[in-house]
Amino acid sequence: MIRFLFKGILRDRARSLFPLLVITAGVFLSVALYGYIKGVELDIVRSNADLRHGHVKVVTRAYAKDVDQIPNDLALTGAAALIRDLRLAYPDTDWLPRILFGGLLDIPDAAGETRAQAPIAGFAADLRSPGSPEIGLLGLKKILASGRLPEKPGDILISAELAGRLKIGLGEKATLIGYSMHGSMSLANFTVAGTVRFGFQALDRMGVIADVADVQNALDMEDAVGEVLGVFRDGLYRQDRADIVARAFNARFAGSDDEFLPVMQTLRDQPGMALILDRIGDSTAIIIGVFFLVMSLVMWNAGLLGTLRRYGEFGVRLAIGEDKGHVYRSMIVEALLIGALGSIAGTVLGLAVSFYLQVHGIDISGMMKNVTFLMPTVLRARVTPASFVIGFVPGLLATFIGTAIAGRAIYRRETARLFKELES
Amino acid sequence: MKRALLGVVALAAAAAAAASFAPAQVTVGAPAADAILERVDRNAVAGNRVAVSEMVIRGRRDSRSVKAKSWIQGADKSFTEYLEPARERGIKMLKLGDQLWTYSPDTDRTIAISGHMLRQSVMGSDLSYEDMMEDRTLRQAYGARVTGEETVLDRPCWVLELAAKVGDAAYAARTIRVDKERFLVLKEERFAKSGKLLKTFEVRAVRRIGDRWVPTESVFRDALKSGEGTVFKIETVEFDAAIPEALFTKASLRK
Repeated sequence: MIRFLFKGILRDRARSLFPLLVITAGVFLSVALYGYIKGVELDIVRSNADLRHGHVKVVTRAYAKDVDQIPNDLALTGAAALIRDLRLAYPDTDWLPRILFGGLLDIPDAAGETRAQAPIAGFAADLRSPGSPEIGLLGLKKILASGRLPEKPGDILISAELAGRLKIGLGEKATLIGYSMHGSMSLANFTVAGTVRFGFQALDRMGVIADVADVQNALDMEDAVGEVLGVFRDGLYRQDRADIVARAFNARFAGSDDEFLPVMQTLRDQPGMALILDRIGDSTAIIIGVFFLVMSLVMWNAGLLGTLRRYGEFGVRLAIGEDKGHVYRSMIVEALLIGALGSIAGTVLGLAVSFYLQVHGIDISGMMKNVTFLMPTVLRARVTPASFVIGFVPGLLATFIGTAIAGRAIYRRETARLFKELES
Repeated sequence: MKRALLGVVALAAAAAAAASFAPAQVTVGAPAADAILERVDRNAVAGNRVAVSEMVIRGRRDSRSVKAKSWIQGADKSFTEYLEPARERGIKMLKLGDQLWTYSPDTDRTIAISGHMLRQSVMGSDLSYEDMMEDRTLRQAYGARVTGEETVLDRPCWVLELAAKVGDAAYAARTIRVDKERFLVLKEERFAKSGKLLKTFEVRAVRRIGDRWVPTESVFRDALKSGEGTVFKIETVEFDAAIPEALFTKASLRK
């Protein structure tokens, strides 16, 4: 029967084209929107994980309490041993030493006097160790606007916008005026190796990246780091996994109230992140839910219309002796076939658009002038395994339900009235 | 560091609207508050001094010591060179009136400290650059009233409440205990305009050097920090020392 119905769909386009187009369009929009929203969600989570928080983060208990102030005086000491232990205990996670620091970047003139000065927000990562994943995680090769990545001691990258404001060129000396781990003013010379465009408005205004060893030296943080980030190697943040790792780590220090012992927190524990993650999840569910509901109604309506339009056909088929149940079942199977074809076509189109947006993205930097949290300025779609099947929900289900409801008319059809209808 | 060196001076940093205080609150039998301040200022501000001092900074996590030598001329010129620890050795600071520069031998840079940097800590201590920069006498910056008597370090003291009478004073109000006989400030609290306690100062030891009483050990505490305060010790001080004028120039920072 399926083969017969399939031939009917292909040969009688007047009957199948409209429902097929509606389903294709609906599924296409559903898949494309789903991919786009998942892309935005993953981008925001990944940006915050790779750049700022990791999927889990180890700091001292005291640091965790005042984390907004970036209190390097409360940094982790014995960092090398701690990172070695973490790498042994959790080999499927990259453990990354980071130091956040603020201060002023002071540019000297020929006489060594201040020529230009600007406040900076810096972060230090392991950029020079062989095998360090930081260059890739931070996407430094992609965001490098000019010059080269840090290779030698004292090399730094600064945002292209900041470099323009300070009128500093590649290879020139810049002095960091910061505050050491002990709270005293510290001066350290750096060389501008390159400029970068972070793609985040907050960092593009005043961002500086340096190697962690240089910043340890500059801020008198021998074998100390502000934070150790843990990034799962598969790149995916899963709350249950992060909770398990953090609980196991923190249990090791449960017996002591020393405020300088390390504590592990998940991405969700970081300031503002719970709200962001919840908002993203809620917004995604609401947007996708509402959209799918609307699309389901549209496709259901298409199923209803398609069935009602064929009221005469039912009469003829019943008149020539076809069983009502058989007519009803054939209608449903036909609807499912049209739904499947439309879903496949819509999914292919939706995936194509999602792939395009995944590669090229949409630049929204013009709308991000005053944003201060980590939010990517190029929004990209993401094709996930769910993208391949999500369109079949409205595509098949709504068509099936629409036809099933409208098809009940078959059981109320009276063949006695058929000829009167045909005569008129 | 000059203020700290002089002990009382480290407490000095503003002035007060004495006229705003109600006479009924003034302690009966006490000398006029203004006269007490005048004696305090006279004791604090000397001519030329050369001093070696040590700051023991007792932070939340650990304690460390910073040693420095200072050359001070009058109320508004000072030159300080840090001697210890090794990391800070050779760092110099020059104060000329309301300007302050620091020189770091590691970077061979001379940086002017201004704006918000003035509110930062000196070498991680409980003293800020702003504290160092104060060169007005107490009388110039504050109005005062005597509100009582206390005993500090077994010494009878007048308790004075000071209120800033200049807009740019670092502290809006201060409460000081002045030794009745030596006119040294032995204990002090400094407050913000909101009344919030910002800093405390307490003298632990006093020594007579020449014809002056010098607080040789005192404790500053930044009430907004969680450390145990900074102990400031004067190891040696020489009054009326000969100081070459060339020392108080930016060029001398790099020598």
